[in-house]
Amino acid sequence: MNISNRRFPSLFGRAKKLESQIDQFLDKVTEAGLIYNSALLVYFDQGPCDDFEKYLQRILTVEESADRYRRDIETKLYEHTLIPEFRGDVLELLEHVDALINIYEANLFRFSIQTPKIPKVYHKGYLQLSDTAILCVDSLILAVRSFFRDIEAVRDHVTKVMFYESEADQISTRVQREIFASTLGLARKRHLAYFIEHIDELANKAEDISDILSILTIKRKI
Amino acid sequence: MDITLLIFLLSGLALGFALGANDAANIFGTAVGTGMVRFYTAAIVASIFVILGAVISGAGASHTLGKLGAVNALPGAFMAALAAAITVFVMTKRGLPVSTSQAVVGAIVGWNIFSGKPTDSATLTKIMLTWVACPVIAGFIAVPLYLMVRRIIRKAKIHLIRLDAYTRFALIAAGAFGAYSLGANNIANVMGVFVSSSPFTDFVIADKFVFTSVQQLFLLGALAIAVGIFTYSRGVMMTVGQDIVALSPVSAWVVVTAHSLVLFLFASQGLEQFLKGHGLPTIPLVPVSSSQAVIGAIVGIGIFTGSTNIRWRVLGSISFGWVLTPIISAIVCILGLYFLQNIFNQQVYF
Repeated sequence: MNISNRRFPSLFGRAKKLESQIDQFLDKVTEAGLIYNSALLVYFDQGPCDDFEKYLQRILTVEESADRYRRDIETKLYEHTLIPEFRGDVLELLEHVDALINIYEANLFRFSIQTPKIPKVYHKGYLQLSDTAILCVDSLILAVRSFFRDIEAVRDHVTKVMFYESEADQISTRVQREIFASTLGLARKRHLAYFIEHIDELANKAEDISDILSILTIKRKI
Repeated sequence: MDITLLIFLLSGLALGFALGANDAANIFGTAVGTGMVRFYTAAIVASIFVILGAVISGAGASHTLGKLGAVNALPGAFMAALAAAITVFVMTKRGLPVSTSQAVVGAIVGWNIFSGKPTDSATLTKIMLTWVACPVIAGFIAVPLYLMVRRIIRKAKIHLIRLDAYTRFALIAAGAFGAYSLGANNIANVMGVFVSSSPFTDFVIADKFVFTSVQQLFLLGALAIAVGIFTYSRGVMMTVGQDIVALSPVSAWVVVTAHSLVLFLFASQGLEQFLKGHGLPTIPLVPVSSSQAVIGAIVGIGIFTGSTNIRWRVLGSISFGWVLTPIISAIVCILGLYFLQNIFNQQVYF
């Protein structure tokens, strides 16, 4: 009797809390994207500055907080043997999603440490690429949320992820062509292209995760 | 109680023990095997509801077995139950699908032959048709249930984690219903042959409730089932849950519910009276195979969803068991009765 008395009320309470933690973890990814966008806008407007460093600090805090949520979710899923048939897949999914925050953070660190001097003529291309990559990540987050709540909607969001990834690739190629066609020195060209590749990495990673998610969705439908 | 009586009842209690060890896995196998429900939660729920089902609703299916052959001497009943137990044990050891229901029916027919009593062919035909109908009906119940659950889950947009919590609760509820139905339907296999020679007498509780001798007999049988559940079912549950059929917890709920409904249909006197009262054809109250009801439900879903993993050979061997099990059991029973009568000087029939 003791077992059932303790188990039933906590069962639904625990589920509700975990649901909210998963939502909060995904909120952190969206928040990181917003901070990242603001940080790049500041950087392209003012160059390396205190405001940019403040955004970097904020993204660090968001990343730590997301890590805490992820670890807590992982512990709870294993401790209480929740969603047995999806546990491993969900944990893998959340770890991949967590990697997106790490990319946001790592890119801002690169700007902070290497302080690339980007000619004004390329600013629009960089920001366009960054916007598209963030849209790609945001669509992925909507797809992940749908995986948990509304399985039928996953496909719509995954389609958007693929679209934005392809757009990001096109922008990345175009801007890199422009850079390498310029009269800048090779070292500078390489440095500028390096930043483009890392901004584009966000969209590529989001697309990889959407592939995993598509398979998981089929599995959940069965 | 006389110690001899207890010894004679032992064969039935052994059948009950085997039933608890094996058939509880049909109800809670996936839930426990996948870690959705703890073994002790499953064992407690299954034991309580098996006892309730057996004592409250166990009479219907036993009555049909009684019509097939009223084993009227305790030593005869002992041998009938023992013959069924030996048949189940040997066939299980050889890896053949076997049902206690079919073994018990074979043993009763064996007793009829030995004692020269007529076997009611109409009742026998009804029972055998029920065995075939049981997995088929389970399949027919499982498909719409599966579709309904799938539709509700998709429409309701329930969070995966909350769905997990609901499924756990639903698995326990379905398990309780399953255990009740198992007790109601299958107690006839365990104690049915002893009904005509029950060593107990009726007594009244608080001037109101009559605790009949048959109910006391069924309580004893149900306790044996509960012991089987607590001591031996864990291993079978883990095997069912992880090795044989990889069911998702939601599909497991559908299968357990379909199985429980079938067992309930073939055990409920209340439903029989309701149908009779409304001029509808009644469902025969017959002990059916819990395992075959589960297989019927799984195959039903498998055929509907276009699964190509159905092993038709297994299904073939099940239908083979419908014929082979009662024949083996009848032969074992006749041989056993012969020894009991002529070597141990026991009166095996009146």
